[in-house]
Amino acid sequence: MAVETTTRAKLRWGLLDVLVVVFALVPVLWIASLSFKTPATLTDGNFIPREWTLDNYRTIFDTDQFVRALVNSIGIALIATLIAVVLGAMAAYAISRLDFPGKKLLVGVSLLIAMFPQVSLVSPLFEIERQLKIFDTWLGLILPYITFALPLAIYTLSAFFKQIPWDLEKAAKMDGATQAQAFRRVIAPLAAPGLFTTAILVFIFCWNDFLFAISLTSTERSRTVPAALSFFTGASQFEDPTGAICAAAVVITVPIILFVLFFQRRIVSGLTSGAVKG
Amino acid sequence: MSINATPTGAEVAAEETQRPASVPKQRGSRRKPPLSENKKAERRLGLLLCAPAALVMIAVTAYPIIYSVWLSLQRFDLRFPDQREFIGLENYVTVLTNEFWWTAFGVTTLITVVTVAVELVLGMGLAIIMHRTIVGRGLVRTSALIPYGIVTVVAAFSWRYAWTPGTGYLADLFSDGAPLTERASSLAIIMLAEIWKTTPFMALLLMAGLALVPEDLLKAASTDGATAWQKFTKVMLPVMKPAILVALLFRTLDAFRVFDNIFVLTAGGNETSSVSMLAYNNLIRGLNLGIGSTMSVLIFITVAIIAFIFVKLFGTAAPGSDDGERR
Repeated sequence: MAVETTTRAKLRWGLLDVLVVVFALVPVLWIASLSFKTPATLTDGNFIPREWTLDNYRTIFDTDQFVRALVNSIGIALIATLIAVVLGAMAAYAISRLDFPGKKLLVGVSLLIAMFPQVSLVSPLFEIERQLKIFDTWLGLILPYITFALPLAIYTLSAFFKQIPWDLEKAAKMDGATQAQAFRRVIAPLAAPGLFTTAILVFIFCWNDFLFAISLTSTERSRTVPAALSFFTGASQFEDPTGAICAAAVVITVPIILFVLFFQRRIVSGLTSGAVKG
Repeated sequence: MSINATPTGAEVAAEETQRPASVPKQRGSRRKPPLSENKKAERRLGLLLCAPAALVMIAVTAYPIIYSVWLSLQRFDLRFPDQREFIGLENYVTVLTNEFWWTAFGVTTLITVVTVAVELVLGMGLAIIMHRTIVGRGLVRTSALIPYGIVTVVAAFSWRYAWTPGTGYLADLFSDGAPLTERASSLAIIMLAEIWKTTPFMALLLMAGLALVPEDLLKAASTDGATAWQKFTKVMLPVMKPAILVALLFRTLDAFRVFDNIFVLTAGGNETSSVSMLAYNNLIRGLNLGIGSTMSVLIFITVAIIAFIFVKLFGTAAPGSDDGERR
């Protein structure tokens, strides 16, 4: 009896698994399929291309518009991630390890920011950045990205920091290390996996942003790919941009898929630990 | 201390009440009288480490939101900068008596309520699948993460082309032609895109709660002859309540900000604008800073009210209030 139910159960779970996988992947495969279609077959409505081509990719890498946007996207997301993780790690260390006034306040403030309606910042930031002359610059996007990534970084990292064997820190201090040295020499290496996971989550957040990217930029100088996509016109103005948009969309999806493939376990643990503890 | 190791509920409760009392005492004794110099250094280091993060967060949110209140009290159209003047609450009257605002508000509310409700059900299912499944667990988790990670704009384009007549594989599903040119079907597609994108996130938050359900309790319930549904409602749901509330709060506030999908799918046509869309249009297309800021402030207030209701209703279950552990 037991054997029969388990094979039955396995089958049922397996079927559900297939359903989830299909549901999750179909939109992604569809845009990939469109990106490989020739202009002639683009509108045939077939899920699988009848004729395959790489022309769309050639087109976008030939246009300055896309390449520039890709450079902006990578640069802005990397810089914002680096700063947010460093600042977040400092704060998370203090929150999870040290006793100091204002700790509760900081946790509360970061929670508020995590729930903050970003569109409420668009109008004032638009005006403030224009006055500070950082509108349509990398800095103009990096600042809001850091701000909204920080709560995520702080929560995820303090959850990770709580799992670190802190007795090692005590041992280091007993051997004469200061608190700062103990942090740098002993704890930081132990915290590296947590930092890495946080960096991935923050990077995904920055990479995905559209609202700030489209509101706080006006030229190719700092427009990131998600924003640039909505201005795509194809090689010439008279060409249908569908193929080019899809190819560009696939290019910026590849890093995300790679992250997910290689670091699935870390991403899941990062997201869930932050949520439960946060 | 793990719940599994303790045999009875009474003991769990007993230990639960002991813990908060014993933990601070232990910590307190570790760094008390003789270390007061050390203690001061610890405080200084704590403040020092938090300062940069706190400064950035406050500089980029608190100051602008105050500034936007100030802007919202002015007539300020960048096309006519000469006419800039202080007009008190006039902008608020303009917005709150405007039918576009209320249409957008209705659309946003509808999208929020429907998507969050559907996501809760689907997310719970997905969480159980990811938690329980025996074969191909890694594959399921990996695929489920893809909608979470993918750029919203990319997903939105995928849905747009899928529903475009001629191009898309879904366009002929319903006979009436172009679904993205009609209001009801456009809204349905926007919600579908939202649900596809954010159900995995909901599921991950719920899965964290699911991991807290003690396995023994489920087994005991099975032994007592509980059905799967009874196990779900009587055992799992009560344990998961905090996780569910956190997930609901985050998703509700997130859903209320809906922007990317609408921008790509309909550009707000056929009265499908959300409040974010409307604020953006007034600012970037209309260059009307006064009205745009007024909408920003109104959206901020609405979100604050939603958050306040959640926290008031569910009190201790709200995230960030588990300081007992943190202290």
